[in-house]
Amino acid sequence: MKLTKSLVLATALALIAGAAEAARTDLVVGMVLEPPHLDPTAGAAAAIDEVTYANIFEGLTRIGRAGEVLPALAESWTISEDGKTYTFKLHTGVKFHDGTDLTSEDVKFSLDRARAEGSTNAQKPLFAQIADVAATDPATVTITLKQPQGAFLYNMGWGDAVIVAPESAEGNKEKPIGTGPFKFDNWAKGSSITIVKNPDYWGKAVALDKAEFRIIPDAAAAIPALLSGDVQAFANAPVGDALPQIEGDSRFKVVIGATEGETILSMNNGKAPLNDLKVRQAVNYALNRQEIIDGASNGLGVPIGSHFSPANEAYVDLTGMYPYDPAKAKALLAEAGYPNGFDAKIKLPPPPYARQGGEIIASELRQVGINLEIIPVEWADWLQQVFKDKDYDFTIISHVEPNDIEIYSRPTYYFDYHNDAFNKVIAELDVTADPAKRNQLYKQAQEILAKDAVVGFLFQLPKVGVWDAKLEGMWENTPTPSIDLTEVHWAE
Amino acid sequence: MSEMEASVSAPPPAAPRHWLRHAFANPSFVAGFVVTAAIAVMALLSFFWTPYDVTNLVVADRMKGMSAQHWFGTDHFGRDILSMIMVGSRNSIAVAIVAVGIGIGLGVPLGCWAAARGGLVDEALMRFNDLVFAFPALLSAVMITAIFGPGAINAIIAIGIFNIPVFARVARAGALSLWPREYVLAARAAGKGKVLITVEHILPNIASLLLVQGTIQFALGILAESGLSYLGLGAQPPMPSWGRMLFDAQTRLIVAPHLAFFPGMAIAITVLGLNLLGDGLRDVLDPRLRRQR
Amino acid sequence: MIVYLAKRLGIGLMTLLLASAAVFAVMEILPGDPAQLMLGMNASPDAIEALRQQMGLNDPLVWRYLSWIGGLIVGDFGRSVTYSSPVLDLIAERAVVSLPLALMSLALLVAIAIPVGIFAAARRGRFGDVSVMSITQLGVAVPNFWFALLLVYVFAVWLRLVPSGGFPGWNAGLWPGVKALLLPSIALALPQAAILARVTRGAMLEVLGEDYIRTARAKGMPRNVVLWRHALRNAMIPVLTIIGMQFAFLLAGTLIIENVFYLPGLGRLLFQAITQRDLIVVEGLIMLLVASVIVVNLVVDLAYGVVDPRLRTRQ
Repeated sequence: MKLTKSLVLATALALIAGAAEAARTDLVVGMVLEPPHLDPTAGAAAAIDEVTYANIFEGLTRIGRAGEVLPALAESWTISEDGKTYTFKLHTGVKFHDGTDLTSEDVKFSLDRARAEGSTNAQKPLFAQIADVAATDPATVTITLKQPQGAFLYNMGWGDAVIVAPESAEGNKEKPIGTGPFKFDNWAKGSSITIVKNPDYWGKAVALDKAEFRIIPDAAAAIPALLSGDVQAFANAPVGDALPQIEGDSRFKVVIGATEGETILSMNNGKAPLNDLKVRQAVNYALNRQEIIDGASNGLGVPIGSHFSPANEAYVDLTGMYPYDPAKAKALLAEAGYPNGFDAKIKLPPPPYARQGGEIIASELRQVGINLEIIPVEWADWLQQVFKDKDYDFTIISHVEPNDIEIYSRPTYYFDYHNDAFNKVIAELDVTADPAKRNQLYKQAQEILAKDAVVGFLFQLPKVGVWDAKLEGMWENTPTPSIDLTEVHWAE
Repeated sequence: MSEMEASVSAPPPAAPRHWLRHAFANPSFVAGFVVTAAIAVMALLSFFWTPYDVTNLVVADRMKGMSAQHWFGTDHFGRDILSMIMVGSRNSIAVAIVAVGIGIGLGVPLGCWAAARGGLVDEALMRFNDLVFAFPALLSAVMITAIFGPGAINAIIAIGIFNIPVFARVARAGALSLWPREYVLAARAAGKGKVLITVEHILPNIASLLLVQGTIQFALGILAESGLSYLGLGAQPPMPSWGRMLFDAQTRLIVAPHLAFFPGMAIAITVLGLNLLGDGLRDVLDPRLRRQR
Repeated sequence: MIVYLAKRLGIGLMTLLLASAAVFAVMEILPGDPAQLMLGMNASPDAIEALRQQMGLNDPLVWRYLSWIGGLIVGDFGRSVTYSSPVLDLIAERAVVSLPLALMSLALLVAIAIPVGIFAAARRGRFGDVSVMSITQLGVAVPNFWFALLLVYVFAVWLRLVPSGGFPGWNAGLWPGVKALLLPSIALALPQAAILARVTRGAMLEVLGEDYIRTARAKGMPRNVVLWRHALRNAMIPVLTIIGMQFAFLLAGTLIIENVFYLPGLGRLLFQAITQRDLIVVEGLIMLLVASVIVVNLVVDLAYGVVDPRLRTRQ
């Protein structure tokens, strides 16, 4: 008995000592939504990219923590004079996790697969300008475009454009095989996804031996999970109003970052009375942006006046175009023929910014006579009813794709907004590579949208990063959906 | 869950006269009656007066603690919690009443019909009961609200559907044991039709059973509503609901526990009151148990 | 007995068949396109159409029902749309959480409720009875998710005795797994125990009032022997009925508790599948749950016979 006890004690001491000597090499990261599968080339869910991007899969280029384009599998590239031919030089000695070599044939396979007819790539437009992909030699890929495309290198850095191998592509949904510094280990469905260090990685080795993405869908459960230490990091923590409590706790580091999520009050421009510019302007005047930001994003959201991220250099501040002015809103409604306001419906998807923002907006619009019936919908219904069938008056949604102002030019998009002047600007953007010129065009586009009051522009969705104070290297912002763990390590 | 309590234990009692006099000598009944009446008064009062307007959001005043202005504090939109509890009681009561109404309105005729006809009709009803009972109730309610969209009305339907077989079962069991009674046989011999007998003799005699079951289902309805609202499938804003208040409170538990405390207490007290009332009623109306006291 | 069993089985199968038709019909009227959902907002219509074709969503209704039923019979539950893995595998993965959780809760609730019920019945009307029954009244009245949240904050956040939620998997060892299920099973068991204790007390009181028990007592049989050997045995029928229903509830109705503790159980799988329109998972899982309820009822029926030999000759 005595012996056992001292043995146990010795073991425990050894364990403690061991833990103190070397820095930790394991990590549990919390995430809200479980990815439906793990193939970023066959699904739109951000959760797929969060787990796999940069960790398991890599593309020709990659998007860095500040949103910049960095080389990845392509060590360098040259662009022809006319901007139509890109020649990528690949790193050599790169192996997929199943041991096969990466060659230019894999790149050709991946891009051809993504743009093929019948492809289920969720971001097919990214590849629309590609005319041909040629594997010039094992380490060189030549891509020819139909016309010059300013954002091509950026596009190739998306999670949807990662390079996969023909041998393993079909199985990537269940067991992803990439070239990244982490290998897929295990997926306990509904619970967690584990990745481990790839010992044969071609680039700089990662510090973590093992990382677990734990799925915690319920916000109420996320807070105790953090506080009890079960989860050591949340790239975007759904802690809501409990944030001050966590900020005040010295065990945690809280980093408020920006996302690419323009959170907007979408309006159905194709349906009366919202097809009337005056009515849409009235709605904009009736919105108290600060109150919405306080109530729906803990006061953390950055106000926006058009569909553009304030972090982008081409951003113009248009938040002053429609200041909060209920009297003016009423006057505009009367001018438009609705002196007593009108009844409408607002459909709200599940995220808290939408559900809480919706309650506040309904209360604000009621002040000017617009009575909103609140209809909460699941994502499935939202996609069907609002996004596909345009069966809605108002909705609140965060458009999280980066640089996506062009969605307003899509003819069948759910805003039902049609403006030839705007479409011209976007068309020009698509063929312009000069950065200064591009910024100019982006500014024009932002102004047109704000003037037309296409939607109610609310705020840029904040990213509430919470992690253990001793953890270093997490991304502060989310320039692309990813929980990039390649530089994450525990402080000694 | 406690629907089973009644359905397995009670053979139908003959309705005692002046049972109310016995009732007010029963401490459980009195306690339950007082609590239930207080909640009902609160709900009625909320139609005419509440301390604050619950549709008015004052975001600047969010999550204030208890104070002289706001006895129960304010919620995450700066609404007065006391006012919300008052108005929310309407929702809980309405959902529970209508759900019980659906159960009685459809279940009792079905049960009586099955008892009167027997044979194939009875068998079919029992199979229908089996079918409904075989479905996990909460998950099925989730499915119903997923189809028709969340909202108070759909929550009522979802809860009400599962009340139908409960009342059908109770009514059938009660009626079956009455049909062989002498006065019923006498009425049949006198040439009265089955419908008439059911209305004149059966229903009055199973009324007390249904009353007891009703209070139990009522309490369960309130709990079920709070569960559905907790999943975001019950009453929708701006209509306050106790379950939704709890749902909104859970992420703020650590910074503002009062947000969860008051609606939780409101649910617990109401359900407790109804259960006490039901217990008291059963003691009073079931002569066998009364004899033992 | 065998005839009776056969009849029950037949009825069970019929109920299953009816349930399958009901479930399938309900799924058909659910709005939402799973293909669109999988590919997201920016997907092109032809990509969606390609996926619909691939998933067999464009086949005629009756054909899909029949092929589904045929699959069920041979144990092929189809493939999940969102997870793209076999439904049966998904269910099995979740069942290793839900089943132990249900069993632990059941054991806990029986261990608490039956002694408490007997204790209260033996002391009818006295202080012990009144105080215990008051606690059970409270137990029935408190919403279980509220109680669960309280448990999390006290035992996981404040005392740090157990994890706040999640499930490490049985690979991590028996104790970590049991530890993770401890709070959820308490949160599930206590309110149910309150119900069962009340039923036990009621059933015991009824039996204790019977003549043969009075006779036994009058003959000088020790109180405890009368209570445990004679009264309890005869009070078992209603108690067993409730336990059966409670087990069915624990198996399927734990959605809210699974949410609070983010456990990957069957309830959450179903909830998730409903919201994501993963119809094939919903259908398969509901059928399995309905089947398990039917089986539990059958077992309870058989248990009646064991408890009360008089019932064995019934029908």
